[in-house]
Amino acid sequence: MADAGSSINRISIYGLMGEFDSPETLLAAAQGAYAKGFRRMDAYSPFPIDGLAEAIGFHSSRVPFLVLIGGIIGCFSGFFLQYWASVIGYPINVGGRPLNSWPAFIPVAFEVTILLAALSAFFGVLVLNGLPMPYHPVFNVERFELASRNRFFLCIEAIDPRFDPKGAREFFETVGAQGIYEVDP
Amino acid sequence: MATNQQSERSDAASSLPIIEPGHTLGSITDQISSIVLTRRTPRFWYVGVALSFVLVLVLFFCIAALITVGVGLFGIMIPVAWGFAIVNFVWWIGIGHAGTLISAILLLLRQKWRQSINRFAEAMTLFAVACAGLFPILHLGRPWFAYWLFPYPSTMAIQPQFRSPLVWDVFAVSTYFTVSLLFWFLGLIPDLATLRDRARGRVPRFIYGMLAMGWRGSAIHWHRYEMAYLLLAGLATPLVVSVHTVVSFDFAVALVPGWHSTIFPPYFVAGAIYSGFAMVLTIAIPLRKLYGLEDFITMRHLKNMGMVMLATGMIVAYGYLMETFMAWYSGDIFEKYMMMNRMFGPYGWMYWLLILFNILIPQALWFRGLHTNVRVLFAIAVSVNIGMWLERYVIVVVSLHRDFMPSAWGMYSGTIVDYAVLAGSIGLFVCLLFIFIRVLPMISIFEMRELVHEEETKSE
Repeated sequence: MADAGSSINRISIYGLMGEFDSPETLLAAAQGAYAKGFRRMDAYSPFPIDGLAEAIGFHSSRVPFLVLIGGIIGCFSGFFLQYWASVIGYPINVGGRPLNSWPAFIPVAFEVTILLAALSAFFGVLVLNGLPMPYHPVFNVERFELASRNRFFLCIEAIDPRFDPKGAREFFETVGAQGIYEVDP
Repeated sequence: MATNQQSERSDAASSLPIIEPGHTLGSITDQISSIVLTRRTPRFWYVGVALSFVLVLVLFFCIAALITVGVGLFGIMIPVAWGFAIVNFVWWIGIGHAGTLISAILLLLRQKWRQSINRFAEAMTLFAVACAGLFPILHLGRPWFAYWLFPYPSTMAIQPQFRSPLVWDVFAVSTYFTVSLLFWFLGLIPDLATLRDRARGRVPRFIYGMLAMGWRGSAIHWHRYEMAYLLLAGLATPLVVSVHTVVSFDFAVALVPGWHSTIFPPYFVAGAIYSGFAMVLTIAIPLRKLYGLEDFITMRHLKNMGMVMLATGMIVAYGYLMETFMAWYSGDIFEKYMMMNRMFGPYGWMYWLLILFNILIPQALWFRGLHTNVRVLFAIAVSVNIGMWLERYVIVVVSLHRDFMPSAWGMYSGTIVDYAVLAGSIGLFVCLLFIFIRVLPMISIFEMRELVHEEETKSE
């Protein structure tokens, strides 16, 4: 019977959210939750906090790799753009100078490198973060609007295999959450 | 004893706070977002927008006239085919450089004091580059063909000349604008989320909500965000140096005496940062007063910007000195004549005014009593803005008007349209800035929260 009850809860809520009043307590709670075996969770804060992402088990950021790829593509395409136009597509003999006058192609190749690297940094972070996302369950918690002001939140999601509403609630009480909210899906 | 006193004094200077004490995460959020959301729009805002918009209308009128009548409305004529338009272009693009310097280079150098001035300095960069981009396009003569500057699949059997610095300029400036915009908008996303959560009306909530794209401050998002922000700063740093270098190539690659010089790239970059910081100060000083932001933009910020101005101003002075020295040392008759003509020719008074505004007046920054005086700083900043405009005038016009053959010499002066377009571009810049401070947070809220948190943990 208890099993049936928890499976209903899994469907009916997105997760359980605890509210904290400082980055330190949030960080401690996140580490505690990870130690208890929770994996599907996220922490929310009004400014970046060192070590918080690592505390909830996030390690690798693929942004630098994307930027590197973008930069390399930019460099080659920027150079090839000029090479093709000057040597293959529209060759013009200017005073017998070599068509592939590559030193003169460096500035544009450089600018296109920066341009594509920057575009991949910007769009990379958006895509990896899943933004734009017009709807997200955490916004159903009324107090959550303070996550962009001065409050800190930890949300353990119901899809976590270890999640059960009672246990999660007890956990939040032990780590000193100042408010505990059920998050509607 | 003297050294003791000195070290005490420098201690006192470094203890000038970058944020006044007594602020909490909440108070800082509320105070900055209230300017946009709840505070009554002050009367000076309406006056400022109205006045600057009149100038914008003048600009639009002149653009319409230039398109219908032609580029002859400018005072350009052989030998001076690059008049006000190019002077203004270089001036504006230089002003833009301080924004990127503050947001990117000072971020990499971990200068905490940048955090309350980076947002509007970046906005200033965008608007300055927009104003700058206007001039070469108008100067084309047939601005509706501006897209010919870009390589595109054309049926005309010709592509841009990629060996020309003018084409490099197109790529440099358009990349610069794009990257500055991305950097600025990325920095805005968390603050847009703050505005979304604070806004009470349906319409502002919707608009800020759409712009914030559902940002929720997730730890994983912050992690990627900080990485991307850092990488963008790392990319913007070489970019900003390259942009003014390429602008200086427009001149240095040509053979005209007074242009053909290897010192141009470093001296142009230093000049750009110099004029940019002057413009940041020109904006920041009235802004902090009018909006009561003295707690966030403190004396420390103003003083540091003054110091950057002094340092870059000295590099610019060195540039002038070397130009003069090389003109003499080269033994080249045209170079020597160019320098004599620059100093004592028909435009000589401009050169000496430039030395006065750009080199002599800013020396006041050496003195403690003066560089901590807001009014003096403002006056110096305005002086540098004028001086840097004169510098570009001297480089562009005075070099061109007498180059090699005396039979090809001529005189140049701007027409009423030249002056009107310059005034109009200033109006456009000011108008955009006013709109920006009305609808977006002019200080980065989340970075200020970080700063407050650091101050709190330090004091504990």
